[in-house]
Amino acid sequence: MSALIQTCENVGLNWLVPFLRLAKRENPNEQFRQILLNIGVPVLAILLFLGAWSWVAGHVKVSFGTVPGPKEVWTQAGVLWDSYRAERTQEAEFYVNEAAQKKEFLAKNPGGEWHERKFSGPPTYVDQICTSLETVFAGFLIASLIAVPLGILCGLSKVFNNAMNPFIQLFKPVSPLAWLPIVMIMVSALYHPAHPMFEPSFISSAFTVALCSMWPALINTSLGVAQIDNDYLNVARVLKLGWWKKITKIVIPSALPLIFTGLRLSLGVGWMVLIAAEMLAQNPGLGKFVWDMFQNGSSDTLAQIMVAVFTIGIIGFMLDRIMMIFQRAVSFDAATIR
Amino acid sequence: MAFLELTNVSKGYGFGASRVEVLRDINLSITEGEFVAIVGYSGAGKTTLMSLIAGLQRPDAGTVTLRGEEVTEPSPDRAIVFQNYSLLPWLSVHENIALAVDEVFPNWPKEKRRGHIEKFVAMVNLTPARDKKPRELSGGMRQRVSVARALAMNPRILLLDEPLSALDALTRATLQDEIERLWESDRKTVVLITNDVDEGILLADRILPLSAGPRATLGPEVKVDIERPRDRKALNHDPRFKEIRKEVIGYLLGTGGRPKTSLTRKLVLPDIEPEDLNRPRLSLGGRPRRRSELKEEVVGAE
Repeated sequence: MSALIQTCENVGLNWLVPFLRLAKRENPNEQFRQILLNIGVPVLAILLFLGAWSWVAGHVKVSFGTVPGPKEVWTQAGVLWDSYRAERTQEAEFYVNEAAQKKEFLAKNPGGEWHERKFSGPPTYVDQICTSLETVFAGFLIASLIAVPLGILCGLSKVFNNAMNPFIQLFKPVSPLAWLPIVMIMVSALYHPAHPMFEPSFISSAFTVALCSMWPALINTSLGVAQIDNDYLNVARVLKLGWWKKITKIVIPSALPLIFTGLRLSLGVGWMVLIAAEMLAQNPGLGKFVWDMFQNGSSDTLAQIMVAVFTIGIIGFMLDRIMMIFQRAVSFDAATIR
Repeated sequence: MAFLELTNVSKGYGFGASRVEVLRDINLSITEGEFVAIVGYSGAGKTTLMSLIAGLQRPDAGTVTLRGEEVTEPSPDRAIVFQNYSLLPWLSVHENIALAVDEVFPNWPKEKRRGHIEKFVAMVNLTPARDKKPRELSGGMRQRVSVARALAMNPRILLLDEPLSALDALTRATLQDEIERLWESDRKTVVLITNDVDEGILLADRILPLSAGPRATLGPEVKVDIERPRDRKALNHDPRFKEIRKEVIGYLLGTGGRPKTSLTRKLVLPDIEPEDLNRPRLSLGGRPRRRSELKEEVVGAE
């Protein structure tokens, strides 16, 4: 039980802990107080928010009618889910049909060449979420691969750091909307393979995410490396560790907590940037969904955009939690990370 | 020939007016297999001296030589145990020692290295804790790991930089006995830096007091000619122990001590004239007379 409590604390499920302690009959009054504080208060706040939202929704008129309340948004979430299920059913039927057709064709012309066809329905909401996640991870991967090594070099060498600093300061505040056109032009100029594995819009979005999200990782990595305890470096000197061994055995492990802090911030920035990038690059993800809904302008659009807002929020929150778990796993003083 | 030799070594930090000379004219000669203790005040430059011997820093003047070769950089030849253990917190006891052993003996077969590591873990009585991380160990246990790591490098000389200062008195006593035991078993050359005179006498063959900084230098050496193994309890009543103790402390408090503070500022008297309450008052209104209002002050003694 104690191990379970520890695990819950480690993965950020702190709100579960009082229940577990209650099950252990450990100071029930304190546990009830904790439950009230950690669950009761947020739930109350959410209810108040929903109430206020409903009230405002009924009183504000926009061009499509009234602003949707929580109920309409919930309905639209159901609609999006149903259309996803319907699409999947269609897809399954399509492939069953195709298999039947293939069988028939081969029976008629043995040894004949059958051309496989792929199901090509419109992307559903769930597909768009998956595309967004793929894009953000691709961008995040590119950002990490650039930022962490650069950050280590910055932290190790004052000279390199001073060389990099102007670029970091200059490019860090640039908005994704400014990067995107440049990236798109570069991608269309440089990326035209015969059999494209990725859509150009995917690559543009991923690189824009990378360009905007690499800075926190870079800065935190260089900070982590620059702050290494001198004693550890003395150990490396006494042992005469080579440059590469010093990096892998001393520098990276001791900077790892801050590297992961940086990566966590980077992923957060990346997810935020992604929506804007997808909107403009027309990468078929959540950003494009929002943009299409906005252009479409039916009476349900506003509610569907709100569904997207909540989806983006929840996914962003989950990504942050996942990174926090990693961050704790690599830290030698895990208790300090929230 | 001396094993480790320091000749006219000086070291300071900073430039110009803010320059502080930490060590000056350090001359030290240690023969192989000797246990030497350098005893001095906190902040006297003991750690700087150790860094110079270890090669972590270069002297501004003079030379440090080990077997006639000048020390220019750190090396596993001169294993150092730091006051704050300097264990890598993300590695277990075993891994911390393994890092050193793998680096110093890269040509040994894996099994031999493993056995070597286990031997030193056992030597400092840490076999049950071999897979623990440093944060799970007490201060004394951490320092033992640090000692085991240093010894496992099989150094020519072992440098102990205030290894026990951060520990409580009881743990310190236990570890002192342990260091004595370890040293008795292989008689390695050891330089121990400490601020505890008794610790020096208990462990060392020779004590060198380091005068108070800045511009610290080594005082006259004191030979510790007390039979080994030395028993901590018997030692307290040994007349020779008391003599050595007096000699070292005498130097540290006397010539090697901090310069005496003397008053050089001119005292300014308060602006009130003292009054003799047995005599009738001279002033009107009961106001004390100001010195600044007097033409001349008459001081009379009765």
